[in-house]
Amino acid sequence: MDLKELYRDVILDHNRNPRNFGRLDPSDAHADGHNPLCGDRLTVSLRMSGDRIDDVRFDGSGCAISTASASLMTEAVKGKDKAAVGQLFEKIHALLTRQDAVPDSSLGKLAALSGVREYPARVKCASLCWHTLNAALDKGAATVSTE
Amino acid sequence: MAAIPSRLIPAASFDAERVRGDFPILERHVNGRPLVYLDSAASSQRPRAVLRAIEDYETQSHANVHRGVHALSQAATEAFEGSRERVRAFIGAKSTREIIFVRGTTEGVNLVAQSYARPRFKPGDEILITGLEHHANIVPWQMVCEQTGCTLKVAPIDRHGEVVMEEFLRLLSARTQLVAIAHVSNALGTVLPVKRMIDAAHAHGAVVLVDGAQAVPHTRVDVRALGCDFYTFSAHKLYGPTGIGVLYGREELLKAMPPWQGGGDMILTVSFEKTTYNDLPWKFEAGTPNISGAVGLAAAMDYVESLGIEAIAAHEQGLLQVATSELQQIPGIHIVGTSAHKAAVLSFTMDGVHPHDLGTILDHEGVAVRTGHHCAMPVMTFFGIPATARASFGCYNTEKDVEALVAALSKAREVFR
Repeated sequence: MDLKELYRDVILDHNRNPRNFGRLDPSDAHADGHNPLCGDRLTVSLRMSGDRIDDVRFDGSGCAISTASASLMTEAVKGKDKAAVGQLFEKIHALLTRQDAVPDSSLGKLAALSGVREYPARVKCASLCWHTLNAALDKGAATVSTE
Repeated sequence: MAAIPSRLIPAASFDAERVRGDFPILERHVNGRPLVYLDSAASSQRPRAVLRAIEDYETQSHANVHRGVHALSQAATEAFEGSRERVRAFIGAKSTREIIFVRGTTEGVNLVAQSYARPRFKPGDEILITGLEHHANIVPWQMVCEQTGCTLKVAPIDRHGEVVMEEFLRLLSARTQLVAIAHVSNALGTVLPVKRMIDAAHAHGAVVLVDGAQAVPHTRVDVRALGCDFYTFSAHKLYGPTGIGVLYGREELLKAMPPWQGGGDMILTVSFEKTTYNDLPWKFEAGTPNISGAVGLAAAMDYVESLGIEAIAAHEQGLLQVATSELQQIPGIHIVGTSAHKAAVLSFTMDGVHPHDLGTILDHEGVAVRTGHHCAMPVMTFFGIPATARASFGCYNTEKDVEALVAALSKAREVFR
């Protein structure tokens, strides 16, 4: 296993220059994610139009895998509705955990995360942002349903 | 004349290459490279002598202890109680009644928290710890504070990772019932001036517990010379097995404490009306103990004594110095914990490379270090960092291991350039 499979150029680039970094204020929903094992923390904030993510940002501190994964995620989900985000999450989850998963073209740059599955200790680093996004979307739904 | 292979030259002092041969696991490869084990502060490896002692016990002597009159039960009891005597001698305790076998340091602290502190402490009483404690020497005291209404005080550390002694002394008062301090910091390696701290605490009438998990492998501990009231440590950081450790307590304190857990072995007589408790140390050892663990611990102590704890410490200090000066020369590396008095622990960060990425890259090169908060989150908060990478040295490490670490660090720099 070559380290370059894990730390691909796309990952290193998004770690060095994370996209959509910061916090939306005001936002329609936000959630905090924390990996107590390694201390990674991040916040995902969202602006929604109904079911659709209009804008998304993240901030926090973490390793290259967690930072790059969050950065790539924000680019991928902007403009998507919840159902499409859900489908993407399923694909990413398979990509990170299943040896036989083949990245399809819909994943785009997210396919760069496929090297992570060779490093079981690091899967949580890559998936933290997705769980945090889901938590924010759930809260958003809760907010929507009370209105 | 042909050069003499260096290993044939009689070692003037400590022969780490020979010591390595005592540890079978060091022969293995990780990720296709020879294992470079720099994580002994998390758990040290075991020498053949320890593995053999456990196997001998399991294959020749095992039965339950303190139970039967049959030969094996007596052999097991002798092995178990013999181990207790070995521990007593190793730490200079007065009596085996003062040696309680526990699961490890964490259980030792919890036993004192629940059996000594909880029944005694009241609102207004104070427990004093320091800013560099492991979670195992923080959380049990927070639980006692919740249970009794007493207050936890924390003596701060400075930028070198040393306890600010003036603050520690200032926080001591007649309200201080108990002082709980690490002998050596697990995250930073700082050796605390425990003798001075114990004397100061005693001057205020406080009882002192020392968390010796990181000290016992690197320094000779004499509990009577230290004058501490409780001292606790784990076998698995001292080249022994996991799941066994020791709580030393002064006999008069242990005598006055109620049992912690109830069950077999900790009683003399049981009826539904009244139960009388066993004598020390068995009063605190409910249930069948970790017998082979105790045997392994005793063998580990024999092993350490055979090398000489002072010789081990001197060897490790040499490695620490070499590693420190090597790492200081690497641009972007920051050593965290710069006390003049350190055990063989080197915590550090690298600019632009998160400790977890560092851990993965080092592991890829066969170098095992710990990365994370080292169960000392307040220490990380103090230094304003989420985590560090930590290399720690044991008797089996050599300068080659330091070279491998340095090479792996430049690999990390290359990946993240």
